[in-house]
Amino acid sequence: MSIVTVQLGQCGNQIGFEVFDALLSDSHSSQGLCCKRENEAYQASCKERFFSEEENGVPIARAVLVDMEPKVINQTLSKAAQSGRWKYGQHACFCQKQGSGNNWAYGYSVHGPRHEESIMDLIRKEVEKCDSFSGFFIIMSMAGGTGSGIGAFVTQNLQDQYSNSLKMNQIIWPYGTGEVIVQNYNSILTLSHLYRSSDALLVHENDAVHKICAKLMNIKQISFSDINQVLAHQLGSVFQPTYSAESSFHYRRNPLGIDWHVRPPSSGLPSLGKMSLNKDLHFNTYIANLVILRGKDVQSADVEGFKDPALYTSWLEPVNAFNVWKTQRAFSKYEKSAVLVSNSQFLVKPLDMIVGKAWNMFASKAYIHQYTKFGIEEEDFLDSFTSLEQVVASYCNL
Amino acid sequence: MEEGVVNEILQGPLRDVFDTKQLITDISGSGNNWAVGHRVFGSLYQDQILEKLRKSAEHCDCLQCFFIIHSMGGGTGSGLGTFLLKMLEDEFPEVYRFVTSIYPSGEDDVITSPYNSILAMKELNEHADCVLPIDNQSLFDIISKIDLMVNSGKLGTTVKPKSLVTSSSGALKTRHKKPFDAMNNIVANLLLNLTSSARFEGSLNMDLNEISMNLVPFPQLHYLVSSLTPLYTLTDVNIPPRRLDQMFSDAFSKDHQLLRADPKHSLYLACALMVRGNVHISDVRRNIERLKPSLQFVSWNQEGWKTSLCSIPPVGHSHSLLALANNTCVKPTFMELKERFMRLYKKKAHLHHYLQVEGMEESCFTEAVSSLSALIQEYNQLDATKNMPVQDLPRLSIAM
Repeated sequence: MSIVTVQLGQCGNQIGFEVFDALLSDSHSSQGLCCKRENEAYQASCKERFFSEEENGVPIARAVLVDMEPKVINQTLSKAAQSGRWKYGQHACFCQKQGSGNNWAYGYSVHGPRHEESIMDLIRKEVEKCDSFSGFFIIMSMAGGTGSGIGAFVTQNLQDQYSNSLKMNQIIWPYGTGEVIVQNYNSILTLSHLYRSSDALLVHENDAVHKICAKLMNIKQISFSDINQVLAHQLGSVFQPTYSAESSFHYRRNPLGIDWHVRPPSSGLPSLGKMSLNKDLHFNTYIANLVILRGKDVQSADVEGFKDPALYTSWLEPVNAFNVWKTQRAFSKYEKSAVLVSNSQFLVKPLDMIVGKAWNMFASKAYIHQYTKFGIEEEDFLDSFTSLEQVVASYCNL
Repeated sequence: MEEGVVNEILQGPLRDVFDTKQLITDISGSGNNWAVGHRVFGSLYQDQILEKLRKSAEHCDCLQCFFIIHSMGGGTGSGLGTFLLKMLEDEFPEVYRFVTSIYPSGEDDVITSPYNSILAMKELNEHADCVLPIDNQSLFDIISKIDLMVNSGKLGTTVKPKSLVTSSSGALKTRHKKPFDAMNNIVANLLLNLTSSARFEGSLNMDLNEISMNLVPFPQLHYLVSSLTPLYTLTDVNIPPRRLDQMFSDAFSKDHQLLRADPKHSLYLACALMVRGNVHISDVRRNIERLKPSLQFVSWNQEGWKTSLCSIPPVGHSHSLLALANNTCVKPTFMELKERFMRLYKKKAHLHHYLQVEGMEESCFTEAVSSLSALIQEYNQLDATKNMPVQDLPRLSIAM
């Protein structure tokens, strides 16, 4: 079953490239620590999910690239082609010359409708190429104008046109300080809109990944390229094939398979990255946990700790809330690796902070004229605040 | 509106860069009179200017912004320049208007420069998206400092032959004995750095429309103080590369600002750091953390930083930084200008030169000065909030 990736804006495109690269490198890696047949099944499954085949054998990423200015897309396309191992489709991009000016309203209300037909057309073509289509993976940042505004607009369209397919948004949470001054406004507008149309929000915080680079990987001068590679690594280990319940040699058909809806409205899922299995979990209540184990000794790994009812909210049984996926095939040459994907109160604090800062700025009406200029009025802001306060309250009540 | 300057450009090394059909000149000049520039030449050349603008615009796949470069103190740049600004707003309302304005210094020799400047300010207030005020005195001080460093030989610096730093050949107003070429070179570098992220690739691009979006929280507060480091191109002077962090510190020092202003001791509304060269996001973040405690930001924008990273450094450097600050430190410049204006206006000195131009009345002057006063008042109100504790406002309460 295949996933179509939509890469939006500078962030989405830069990350998208790293993700496809990581997926393919892992797929071709020689140290799978498993038998040949196993490895081949893994590779075939990975290929089918993320790439389509071309005549000369170079896999083409199942992706649509969207940006409102040409520089990043051009760079992304050429980096992929240079790798020699894979590339993007020749006609898979949509590009303009203007940029969105870090303005959510411009992305959502101007660029979105203006280019709706072209973008949805590109997506449709990519979906049609899939023998068996499972859903969308949309990569975007919240802080800018294109990823956030057009991302929200496109996700809404996907909800209308492909209501039966899963839509998972990879959201990049900006650094607390210093990227874009209006990032809090853009973030709350994005999140409140995505809540209505996305099935799952997989979140990566720049601050958290930055810390991983600094403390766990000891990188001295951290660049966005480092950050994106760590991120892609994490995503790769979530999305690569794993066994389905039936048998050891059949890879799970639906990669987005877990039932992300616990109860409507949809909830946000923070990805906690490469965690050890013994995390201190006392201050956090969970709705759902997914553990993915790869490599040696997966069958004997002890995940009993995750079944403790104390971790979960009172109205859920651990058996419903906890899932574990496994495969013997090692990821990225790690003898053993694990990923934890959680839906928990972990993101309440960052969300609350963003809402608080945006609220303070909104009270002084700073920058609002930049949004009303393009049709996003004060009521739209208030609606967004209201819906996010409800999300925060819902999570706090777990 | 006189031919000398344009003719020099056409005979100089860049003559092929300019399209001669896109040049408009007159003979007599505006006599340092804003009214002549704005009203007389404005109406005279309106159609011609519009036609040439449309022609240039047609060549563009996607027109994003206009750069207007002028001085405030004279007649043509100030008067005709602001007339053009209004025309651009009417003709191309969706295209950003960035104005680089040279403000008159204290000892400038054009007596009517306060009148011209204030009349022009009203237009900038109303029709510009973003203004970068610069004054000659600051540019001159920067050049003098460079001279001092070069001549002292303390750092073992050597001046390369034919550098712009010391030669004043080609300086147009030699009677002033000011190194205008070198001073203008600094402004040119400012504009280069401003557009670098739009022209070159980088890991965090910043387009020109993002400048306005991030740095202009309220439409009337669109004056941005700029500072540039390093100040001189290494094509002129051999200097050992300075530490990266030093570059960030310099950008906030009073000496590096292109306006007589001290942003460190005033209130920031927003700040943008446009970095070029081999600099990573962690370097920028480290420096922001380091410098933040000594800077004051307005309560609703405590983390008001905008960053851009462009991979290509300027010629001769390994990295550079342009800082744009929306800061109340512009207020003294405006207040001084207003004082100089009032000194002249109270005595009605030279007023007749303006009033004899058709359409000019005293009300033009009073309106202009009240527009400036209102702007100064806005900055005053912001300054009043400077040392107040930041309070979190009560949030919406939701019924569950």
